[in-house]
Parts: sequence; structure tokens; C-alpha cells
Amino acid sequence: MSSRRTATKLAHSLERTAKPQAPISRQKRCLTTTTRPHLQPAQHANRPTIEPHSTLQSLTLPPTRPFTHQPSRSQSTTPSNTAPPPPFPTPQNPGKTTLHPLHLSHHATLVPFASYLMPLSYPSLSHPASHAWTRTKASLFDVGHMVQYHISGPGAEGFIERVTPMGVRELGAGEGGLSVLLRDGGGGVVDDCLVTRLEGDLFYLVANAGCREKDYEFLCEEVEKWVEGGGQEVRVRHLQDGGEAYGLLALQGPLAGEILGEALARECRVDLKTWYFGRAKHITLELPTGESLPIVASRGGYTGEDGFELSVHPSQTLAVAEALLDGAGKERLQLSGLGARDSLRLEAGMCLYGHDLDEDTTPVEASLSWIIPKRRRTLQGSEGRFNGAETIIPQLTPRSKGGTGVSRRRVGLIVEGAPAREGAEVVDEAGGAVGKVTSGCPSPTLGKNIAMAYVKDGLHKIGTELQVVVRGKKRKAVVTKMPFVPSRYWKGGATPG
Amino acid sequence: MAAVIAGSGAAAAKLLQRPVHSLARCSRQQYLRLRAQHAPATVRSFTSGRRALDKKYTEDHEWIDISSPESASIGISTYAAKALGDVVYVELPTVDTEVNKGDAIGAVESVKSASDIMTPVGGTIIEVNSVLEEKPGTINKSPEGDGWLAKIKVTDTAELEGLMDAEAYRAFTEEVEDK
Repeated sequence: MSSRRTATKLAHSLERTAKPQAPISRQKRCLTTTTRPHLQPAQHANRPTIEPHSTLQSLTLPPTRPFTHQPSRSQSTTPSNTAPPPPFPTPQNPGKTTLHPLHLSHHATLVPFASYLMPLSYPSLSHPASHAWTRTKASLFDVGHMVQYHISGPGAEGFIERVTPMGVRELGAGEGGLSVLLRDGGGGVVDDCLVTRLEGDLFYLVANAGCREKDYEFLCEEVEKWVEGGGQEVRVRHLQDGGEAYGLLALQGPLAGEILGEALARECRVDLKTWYFGRAKHITLELPTGESLPIVASRGGYTGEDGFELSVHPSQTLAVAEALLDGAGKERLQLSGLGARDSLRLEAGMCLYGHDLDEDTTPVEASLSWIIPKRRRTLQGSEGRFNGAETIIPQLTPRSKGGTGVSRRRVGLIVEGAPAREGAEVVDEAGGAVGKVTSGCPSPTLGKNIAMAYVKDGLHKIGTELQVVVRGKKRKAVVTKMPFVPSRYWKGGATPG
Repeated sequence: MAAVIAGSGAAAAKLLQRPVHSLARCSRQQYLRLRAQHAPATVRSFTSGRRALDKKYTEDHEWIDISSPESASIGISTYAAKALGDVVYVELPTVDTEVNKGDAIGAVESVKSASDIMTPVGGTIIEVNSVLEEKPGTINKSPEGDGWLAKIKVTDTAELEGLMDAEAYRAFTEEVEDK
């Protein structure tokens, strides 16, 4: 038992209170690409046209117009561009979301995450208690450190189909889902993200905080390439006002629906029963001041529970958070932080970029082939190709059937004895190395040790018995279907989704 | 701690030839005296907050109760337990294992992270607190008492010299906080 090894000493572990940050690339501001103006007028044959609305009011004016996501004015003289950039805080100068005062007043344990000071937990609930609370009642998470973009213009659909393998064409207004930004050539995952068509040629993208600089550079470069290739106008705009990023709140748990329902303004006619998982809607919240606040909300989240992600103007995020907390009451809704967020998403089988996904991993290796619809699985014809398609599409077919297959796959494991953590080696019965754990923790819901790992192709079938090395000892593990805890996404009706 | 006392109650009463009505009310000092009089050489010393003077601390936030080097309890400090959060899993060493100072003798895990426990001194593990296997949360309730991890028979008591006393450890943790 007592083999000496470089160990996670208690002291070191106490400092390392949050997951290590994803590597931050050197800051590079991307200038507005004033390349050639868009080449041809937009062809909107069957596409609903965008109503030209004015851009967002500045913060100095009283809110006379809704702060909802308004499509930017469709100006034929605006070239494709990616501006403005999101804020780029640094570890020396960490960012704070507009909810920071709330975290302070609730005495949150704040930790640096992706150069933001984010709440790990709050004293009202321990990590396991907050985790359980989210699965039985409802929790409110500040996820304003994540990066929100609008992608708009006649070229937006084609552009998104270039940088992701998504079936964007099929998305109706308000429809969206999980996808990945892909690096051309190798087809490695630049970031995982949520893409939603708000309406017409206006799309909404949410990406990870840890990749903000890399994603911005990526989008700038891709827009340039798109334009050079003759693509129609596309504008990528970071959601911000007066230099402050839009806030993002995640309301998650079985009570989320009723809590949000109670917070809707009387004139808001949204039917929560038919608001299904993966749909975004314009809704109006009633603030304690009596004001009605229009926002964009998506049904979904990162916990496996029913829930919503609310995109709110920076000047109103705090008010919305407080309105939800006060309206729901502390018996139903509690603030929750990154600690519970991580154990919840792992139980739900969801990847954490930088750990379960990285640039050296394709979606097929990551067991995310399902995000590539059938229509896009071809290199032939007039279909727009996505970045890395030449590498990724052959991977969808195993070697035995003429494709390239993959050499490793992401799987779920249940590990006996000690919890397996990131970095733990996976070995076969004989003790030979066959993979590595990328995320792991004791599951508060199941009382078992769960983990995500990449294992050799062939050993990825459910039920395969493997071993994981923890503190020098081999522990029995079995490949398990994910999600580990059944998801309860809202798909309508009384039965869980 | 109460459970152990209760378990030995009948034996103690017999030894005294005097009824001890409720061992729960028997003071710890009394009990230890009884055991010392009639029990074999090693007296199990139970750690408790009042015996702070016998505790030494490491920079890795472990404590060791040095009142009896034959059977010195080891655990993690209150400071560490608080920082770790709810303990959900404890891995204990095997009895009779021989260890050197600094060897990993187990781990204390929260949902979020695993922390190896290093033994502050070299010696032989003579007992482990198996209560923690069922009730890891004991560490949070009483990290420097009932939440002891293991007992070690110290080989070289000189190794205890370099450890911090309670006062020095408190100053150390304040320094750590300030960083």
C-alpha cells in the first residue's frame, strides 16, 4: 500500500481547488477584417427574412427597448467580420461576472477558473448537498464566464456548417443543440459549443470560458477563409454591451420549470409544457420593480436535469438572479457553483473541454458521432464540407468495412474501491495499458465511482471488464453506458425524457 | 470514542469490583487510570481536543498525537478538513505495514479531489479507523478526534522533533491563507 510515489499531497490538493485551467493562448486581438465587401446580395428564397431592428441601447439610456437578442441591422456595406472580441481577463487580472456582488453577499468560495473568479460552492450547501439539491429541487448557477456570440448574415448558415458538422439547414427558429468547432485538416475539436438558430439568419453560439481566446482567433481566421473562398457575408459578434459581456444563468433541476413559470411576466404567453429540450425562446420576465424584461432562454443545460439557460443583458443579470432566488424561496432554489456543476455533468455523461475533449481528439473518438447528421456524412456532391471532414468521415466506418475507424474511444467506467481521477491509467486484465481516465469522481447520486476514459477501440463495448490504477493498485472497472444517471430533459408529458 | 469506552465497560467494572453505573459518565482520566492499572502495558490514548498539547502538525496538514509513541494516532487537521469539504471516501492503510516518514498511507477524498495522507513519522501501522469506511463524514465532524485515520508505532521518536506544535501550526495556516 505504501509505495512511495509523487503524490497529491494534502497541501497541494487544497490549493488546487478547481480543475486546472485550459491552456490560454497568447492574446491576439483580431482586427475587423475589412476584406472585400460581400460579393452578392443575399439569396433568401425560402428563408424567413430578418426584420431590421436597431442595435442594443447603450447602458446610459434607460431601458426603453427590450434587451433581448436583436439581430444586427442587415447592412449590405458591412463586410464579414468578427468583432468586437470578448473580454480577455488574465490570471493576474481575473474577470468577474456581473453576479460577483451576489457571490460575495452569499459568501461564496471563489476560485479562479479560466481567468474568472467563479464560485466553487456556497456555505449554505456542501458540494454533495448542492449536487443532491439540483437533482431534487433547483439550483442557480452563474455561468456568465462562458462566451456568447451571435453569428448572422446570409453566409451564417453555410459558415456554421463549415466550422461545425452540424445540420444547420434543418434547424427551425429556436432550435439548437450540442456541436463542436472543428480544426480543418486533422478534424480535432477546438471547443464544444451550443448552437441555436434564433430566427432567420441569426444564430446564437455559446462556447467555453477556457477557450475564449482560442475560439476568437479561430472564428476570425475561419471568417477570413470563408470570405476568401467567396462565401456570403457573415458577422460574428460577441454578446456584450458597453464592454460588459452578457450574463448567463443556468437554472437547473426538477423545479426549474415551475420556478421559471412563476417568474414570467403576465403578458408572456409561453407554454412551459410544450417548450421542449433544445429550444430557445424569447420570454419576458417580471422583475420586482414591476418592469418586464425580455430575454432569450434555452431549455437545457449541463446537469442532465430539466432546466434553462438565460441570456441576460449585463445590467440586468443580477436583478434576474435575485428575482429568481427571491421568487422561488430558499426552500426551492439555491445558488450552486462549479463544484456541483462538475459532478452533475459527469453523472450526465457530458464532456468537459480540456479534459474529455481536446484538439487531438475527433468527435468520432469522443463518441460524439451522433452530432453529425446523415446528410453531412459525405464528401461528395454540392454539400458544403465541414472542417476536417476528410479525416472524420472515414472514421465513421470501421477499418474492417473500408474506413479508417478510430484507435480509441471515450467510454464511461464504474470503478470499484477508490474513485478514479483524471490521469489514472486504464489497464486490461493482463495489466497492459489500454487507456486513460479523463474525468472521474465519486458519484453523489449513485454512491459509486464514475469516470470517463479513452480506451483502445475494441474494448469500448458496454460491459467490458477493465482495471484502473489508483494509488498504485489496480481496481476493477466496467465499461458503463452514459449517462450514469438517467437524464430528465423536458420532452413533454409526465414521463421523464 | 464513546463506543470504545462502552465496549470495555464490563471489563472495567469487574476490575474495579465497584459498580460504575454509567461509563459514559466515567471521566476519561478515570478510565485511563483503570486501564493503566489492570491492562497490559500499552495504554490506548484517545485523541481529544483537550489533549492539544500532545498533537504535532505537518506542513501537509496532518496531525499526530505523540502522547504515546507506541500507538500514535494520525489524522488530518481541522483546517484541512474544512478546506477539503465533505469527505466521501477514505482509503486506509493495511495494519502491520511498515512505513517511512513521508510515505503515503492512505487518502481522504471529497467529491472534487483526492488528497494523499503522508505519515509524519516512520513506523508500523498498528490500527486503522475502520469506522471511516462506512462513515467518512466522521472526519468532517471530528477531524482531530473521532476522525483519526490510523495509529502508528513510532520507530524513531526523534522524527517527531521537526513537527510543528499547535501554536506554530496555527501561525503556519494563517500564513498559507495570506498567500
